[in-house]
Amino acid sequence: MSVMKRLSGIVQAKANKALDKAENPADMLDLSYEKQMENLTKVRRALADVATARKRLELQASQLQAQAQKLQDQAKQALGQGQEDLAREALARRATLADQLESLGTQHQQVEAQQQQLETTASRLQAQVDSFRTKKETLKASYTASKAQASIGEAVSGISESMTDAGMTLDRAQDKIAQMQARAGAIDELLDTGALPDALGGGGDDIQKQLDATSKAGQVDAELAALKAEVGSGAAEPSASLPPGGPAGSNGGPAGSSSGNGAPASDGGDS
Amino acid sequence: MIVRILGEGRYDVPEADLPAIEQLDAQLNDALERGDDYEFTTSLSDLIAQVRHTGTLVAPDDLRTSEQVVPHEGSTLAEVRALLAEEA
Repeated sequence: MSVMKRLSGIVQAKANKALDKAENPADMLDLSYEKQMENLTKVRRALADVATARKRLELQASQLQAQAQKLQDQAKQALGQGQEDLAREALARRATLADQLESLGTQHQQVEAQQQQLETTASRLQAQVDSFRTKKETLKASYTASKAQASIGEAVSGISESMTDAGMTLDRAQDKIAQMQARAGAIDELLDTGALPDALGGGGDDIQKQLDATSKAGQVDAELAALKAEVGSGAAEPSASLPPGGPAGSNGGPAGSSSGNGAPASDGGDS
Repeated sequence: MIVRILGEGRYDVPEADLPAIEQLDAQLNDALERGDDYEFTTSLSDLIAQVRHTGTLVAPDDLRTSEQVVPHEGSTLAEVRALLAEEA
């Protein structure tokens, strides 16, 4: 069985259904024209929706991209700090983002295809509306002649078929847009709830916190070491000069019950 | 013969080129019946390429109706199956 023939049957049936409403050929022509205009408006509206969906996907992709890059940098930083587990965690999250990005890429291709089909449909409908506007008046002027009636029938069938095509293309585009919006909404929600860490570097980034804590701890260690070195070298000088007068004298003061012992003992030690 | 590609327009295809198109149509139908998504996608894109290649685009002010209709470019097997289900 042929797919093309079956599909043709479906398109013709839909087109005929649309034609049933008009009673006489002149009305049919006017009705066809009105429907074409309506269709054109609908297609244009869908085009605007597709453009919006596309921008949203692009924005999300760039957010995810930035986040993936950030996780990559964090993994490097974690490795630099010797925190392999943290680096592994960052890379694991990056892999999740990569999956999301890939599916966004596929979606983006689909939006582009929809946009292209709708643009084609819009320009085709516009051309048809333009030529049909004059054609229908010519046909109406002579529709009493039986030959003209036949050509009205053909013209209307032709218009009706192309409107059916436009309607089917529109339905398909709207389904796709709805799917994309649902998906974009889900990703927004993920980004919002922090299930995916905030791409804009917001608060809920636990990997960054650990990295910062470690690098702060590292900084504290380094500062402590520097201080120790400073204190150590500074202490070495006074320790050489202090004991003779200071500690010995002060120790001797309260401790020594016999005040006379202090001075001779220190003198004896020195000599 | 006039062949419509949904979402794209009508092509006037010379009789001599119809067998190649019919063969691709049969492949498409085969894939549809077997539920083979990959084969379906490939056959559809081959079929569309063939119609575009051998046919001449019909101008919008030419209101002749088509005799055969090809699904939208990029249609999935499920989408076409749903469309054809409207037959009944």
